[in-house]
Amino acid sequence: MADIDRLEKVDGFKVVGTRPNRPDGVDKVTGRARFGADIHAPGMLIGKVLRSPHPHAKILSIDTTRALALSGVKAVLTSDDFGDVPAMHQATLHNVMAHNKALYEGHAIAAVAAVDVAIARKAIKLIDVEYEILPHVTDVDAAMAEDAPLLHEDNFTSGIDPKPSKPSNIATWSEFGHGNLDEGFSQADIILEREFTTEATHQGYIEPHACLATYSEDGNSEIWCTTQGHFLVRDTCAALLDIAVSRLRVTASEIGGGFGGKTVVYLEPLALALSRKAGRPVKMVMSRSEVFRSTGPTSSSSMRVKIGVRKDGRIIAADAHLNYQSGAFGGFIAMLGAMCAYACYSLENVRATANEVLTNRPMQASYRAPGAPIVNFAVESVIDELAVELELDPIEFRLMNAAKEGDRSSYGPVFDQIGLIQTLETARDHPHYQATLAKGQARGMAVGFWFNFGGLTSVSLNVNFDGTVTVSVGRPDIGGSRAAMCQMAAEELGIPYDNVRTIIADTSSLGFNDTTDGSRTTFANGLAIIRAARGAIRDMCARAAKTWDIPEEAVEWVDGCARPCGSNAGDFEPMCIAEIARKSPKTGGPIAGHHEVNAEGAGVSFAVHIADVKVDEETGRTDICRYTVVQDAGKAIHPAYVEGQYQGGAAQGIGWALNEGYVYGDDGIMQNPGFLDYRMPVCSDLPMIEAKIIEIPNKGHPYGVRGVGETSIVPPLATVANAICSATGVRMTQIPMAPPVLLKAIEKNNKQV
Amino acid sequence: MKYLAPTTIEGAVRLLSEASGSTRILAGGTDTIVQLNAEQIEPDLIVDIKRIGEIRGITNENGGFRIGAAVSCAEMTEHDGVRDLWPGCVEAAGLIGSTQVQGRATIAGNLCNGSPAADSVPAMVAAGAVVRIIGTDGSRDVAVEKIPVGPGKTSIGADEFVHSIFLPPRPERSGDAYLRFIPRTEMDIAVVGVGINLTMDASGVCTAARVALGAVAETVLLVEEAGDTLIGTHIDDAALDNLARAVSAACKPINDKRGTVEFRTRVAGVLAKRVAKIAAERARG
Repeated sequence: MADIDRLEKVDGFKVVGTRPNRPDGVDKVTGRARFGADIHAPGMLIGKVLRSPHPHAKILSIDTTRALALSGVKAVLTSDDFGDVPAMHQATLHNVMAHNKALYEGHAIAAVAAVDVAIARKAIKLIDVEYEILPHVTDVDAAMAEDAPLLHEDNFTSGIDPKPSKPSNIATWSEFGHGNLDEGFSQADIILEREFTTEATHQGYIEPHACLATYSEDGNSEIWCTTQGHFLVRDTCAALLDIAVSRLRVTASEIGGGFGGKTVVYLEPLALALSRKAGRPVKMVMSRSEVFRSTGPTSSSSMRVKIGVRKDGRIIAADAHLNYQSGAFGGFIAMLGAMCAYACYSLENVRATANEVLTNRPMQASYRAPGAPIVNFAVESVIDELAVELELDPIEFRLMNAAKEGDRSSYGPVFDQIGLIQTLETARDHPHYQATLAKGQARGMAVGFWFNFGGLTSVSLNVNFDGTVTVSVGRPDIGGSRAAMCQMAAEELGIPYDNVRTIIADTSSLGFNDTTDGSRTTFANGLAIIRAARGAIRDMCARAAKTWDIPEEAVEWVDGCARPCGSNAGDFEPMCIAEIARKSPKTGGPIAGHHEVNAEGAGVSFAVHIADVKVDEETGRTDICRYTVVQDAGKAIHPAYVEGQYQGGAAQGIGWALNEGYVYGDDGIMQNPGFLDYRMPVCSDLPMIEAKIIEIPNKGHPYGVRGVGETSIVPPLATVANAICSATGVRMTQIPMAPPVLLKAIEKNNKQV
Repeated sequence: MKYLAPTTIEGAVRLLSEASGSTRILAGGTDTIVQLNAEQIEPDLIVDIKRIGEIRGITNENGGFRIGAAVSCAEMTEHDGVRDLWPGCVEAAGLIGSTQVQGRATIAGNLCNGSPAADSVPAMVAAGAVVRIIGTDGSRDVAVEKIPVGPGKTSIGADEFVHSIFLPPRPERSGDAYLRFIPRTEMDIAVVGVGINLTMDASGVCTAARVALGAVAETVLLVEEAGDTLIGTHIDDAALDNLARAVSAACKPINDKRGTVEFRTRVAGVLAKRVAKIAAERARG
């Protein structure tokens, strides 16, 4: 038993670090995998939502008479069908179904369930809504103006002491930092202060929101849906519909992307409430336009960044103020932005403040490292400009100021073992950074940070009679995590990867699991699976000891087998997992392990991105010619999927930098709610993104894992902006850097030169 | 909504003439089906013309090519004869949507959709293509630039449909080209499109030039003044600058989600120079 409680493993891996095929791969490429919309139930109805055509309007009345009279309509739902809910769920309820006021174009006003989609569509048009149109605001700065139309008359900015005397559209104020800024700036040789704006982007998952809800006469109910967190769906829906949590079972479908956008409910409570009214299963699927107008997106922003340096290259003071537009309801993303602002730097005098600002736009949802890419664009642009002023290589300048173990971070905690310096050094020495630039191209780089999270986790692991193993986890697999789970279980148990199968269990099969977000899954699930496996190993060793009639301490687990060890163990042939499992009915019954934990110790991670770009100075068009991501993974369980995360984050960040963005007219209506005019990068827009994994172990995980999913979207905005600046001499302070914007800036610059 | 798929021209004409409500012609469906799904159109009758054999082929006619209304862009881009004679028209057809979309989309549909940003239309206008329209009163041939009359609107009657598009024969030392500006590399819609078709004499002097612009006005524009800047020149830098000025002057774009007035006007001139160079290169052989 000597080896069983070890927590550290840094080398000698057999399965971890290899690149097996993902267990869900074949079903996905053959079309067999079932996503949110791929489900049908007997007697199923189709649900559709009536959405507000106005960005801001009082709902004077809703008359559903004509819709209900239409043959084939089985239920109509309005906010009257929901009762009071606990305060923590009120914003969610008022977002899924407008309460007295429509707060954004696309806000749900009512919903119908009908026997087919054509009738449901027709019924929606027969719901008569009387609106009183109110003035609206979609711009973050305009929303903070004295005379701005108020979204919520009862919103008093939180985070300010004493409480403000007047309501406003500023939901929360956050502040982080330490030291003395005035003193710091007084010692600076160069101070740069710049202002920036960014536009909102959508997570852009290919699969729209979809669900099937069934409410039975006996009070039991089920939801099948595409989500990043089915436990969250369960608990939220149970609260909104006032039903016991045990009565609702939620099953997560395969998920066609989420990126943070599927961490909130939209259709699920409506479908369940419609099913309760109609007495039949109700399926709902959003159109792409609904996804854009009613879900996601991230914040738009305006920001001011001020940084002071000494001539020797030391950053002596850094200040930032952020205004993040959060849509119709407040959240926490401006706060995260403020926390991330200067996390890459070792600073004595630092402050970041943030307003979370309400506007007549869809309620913002998390998007991959929520809040971080926005502020990173501003800070890393100024850092880049300072490096130019100081005539320092941009990586050397960052190395001179990089955060390291033992530093107090700009957001409070003291850093444990972190890999920023190694990441910067690897980037500096990388062939890409060392390569001579091709003609007409220019290079930029930036560094980014993300916290990574752990959280509530519950897993179980069952050893089958043939010695194969089934692992049940409670977080949807959005990035290949099932493969990583199988690998960690196989590693611990000493059995082949193919002998482990991991499934995503429904909410009635496991304890509560936090949502798949915060880059937590491989870290927190993995930690729990390793411990569950160790529990099963302990049991199997005990059974072998009992069989051999020797003390449990005299049995060790090696390569999938129990074997005697030590001087008093006796001489027995090793007993392997299949044999122990086969005999388990006679040695005490089924063998299983499980683990429940609030996982702490998720290690932060840093990334450095390098881009070579070419700018067509006659059209303002930017081509990304070469792109490299260097990032700390702690320990890469499945390196190919780690690389995939790095590449995916970079691709999304490049899209955000160049062409993605919500376009609003003066009427407060989103003008580009489709993939034609909301321009995500297509495959041919990007080069093959090089991914370089660094492994600085996280002490909080048995194998050293850090989350990898989010950090990679943080640096691209600044990386591309810095490269464009190298190429054109134009410092862009506005995202997206779309051709019309860039061309105008280039021409203005040409006139000045 | 009724869906009918006649197999003869006469059958299609009869359906259209007898229809009482709103009708929509379906060929590739890459616009119509999308608009149906988006609930932008709700026609009472859809007439699918893909099963009419007569309009499914490309035929050589007096040295030019007649392209049936149900011929897909992919069939057109894979046709050696058309590609050799009208490379600019073919490259425009090859820019519509994606590879998959081009397997169904047709240039006739691209024209009838009435979008000022349609990629194949400026190339066809520059080429002097002629559209054959069939209706109750028989057939009529119309210059392609006469078809679009506004965004989403055409001069084709409710009882008519496009039978084919004729790309004419052309003199020696001719070349055409089409370029569009999009922020991405593909799967996008033109912010500006420019098609140019020109002919040179043996000494390299341009003797004829047609310049057509997309996405800079309510319809695709044929800009004669722009063509005139090239005629009589060797298409040198000075001529190209004049071309760019004439093109920019002809632009009457709007500010929208895809681009500003300023941007479109500027980039139309930039693209025109690039397109003229390619067309001239092709004419020189």
